[in-house]
Amino acid sequence: MINQELIGKWSTPVENWIEKGAVRKFAEAIGDQNPIYVDETYAKNSRYGRIIAPPTFVRTLEYGVIEGLVIPTEGLIHGEQQFHFERPLYVGESLWCSYCLGDTYSRSGSLGKMTFLIFEEKGVTSQGETVFTSRSTVIMTQRSDT
Amino acid sequence: MRYPVGTSLPTLVKGPITKMDLVKYSGASGDFNPIHTIEEFAEQAGLGGIIAHGMLSMAYVGQVVTDFAGIDADLVDFGVRFRAMVRPGDKVICKGTVSKVEEKEDGEYVYLQVIAETENNQVVIKGNATLRY
Repeated sequence: MINQELIGKWSTPVENWIEKGAVRKFAEAIGDQNPIYVDETYAKNSRYGRIIAPPTFVRTLEYGVIEGLVIPTEGLIHGEQQFHFERPLYVGESLWCSYCLGDTYSRSGSLGKMTFLIFEEKGVTSQGETVFTSRSTVIMTQRSDT
Repeated sequence: MRYPVGTSLPTLVKGPITKMDLVKYSGASGDFNPIHTIEEFAEQAGLGGIIAHGMLSMAYVGQVVTDFAGIDADLVDFGVRFRAMVRPGDKVICKGTVSKVEEKEDGEYVYLQVIAETENNQVVIKGNATLRY
């Protein structure tokens, strides 16, 4: 069971550098050949003026630790994923990322008792500019509860 | 109006997904959950074998959206629900449609519905995205 008192408690933000090599490898891994993710010259001439990261790259960042929150590592199902962008992530910048457990509730379903964990994440520049917010729904099945 | 409601986005077919694709995605994403790479582990977890990362399929769908957006539009929102598992050997067919267009103060918003399915028409991802021109 997840301690309900942890709802709304944010992790201490962690600094993430958006590295050129990491973005290139990610773009390769998802098979996206858009030059905006890899080609310096192309990206310089785009309206962003620099290389950007693919939208789902956000999910690869580190978000820190919420003290007291223990989540099983097995039997988890990624149910939903939402991203909201104020702008793309720029290669070469650093973002301070943190997350919190926004909500949790249980339902009975085809897999038995399922516990839904709704996580909120955000990435903020050192200047305090929020670049993205996201929400991830993770489902704990009975298998992960035991 | 830039794109009438009902406009179809170009379909993107990814795969067939190989186990090596999943090893690569694990490395590139930092998601080393062995259900995506180690057959024995995935079997023991009751999954009947390796399954692909949901986020890999989401990235595929994301490419449909960003390809359509080109360099003129900002991606404002992108969200999906994961509906079914994708396995090595599956093709992931990603599609999208313009569902709404709205003129706002800061630009023209184009709302998209996106979907990913396997070759046997199993829907694996359903979602939506918002572009601002």
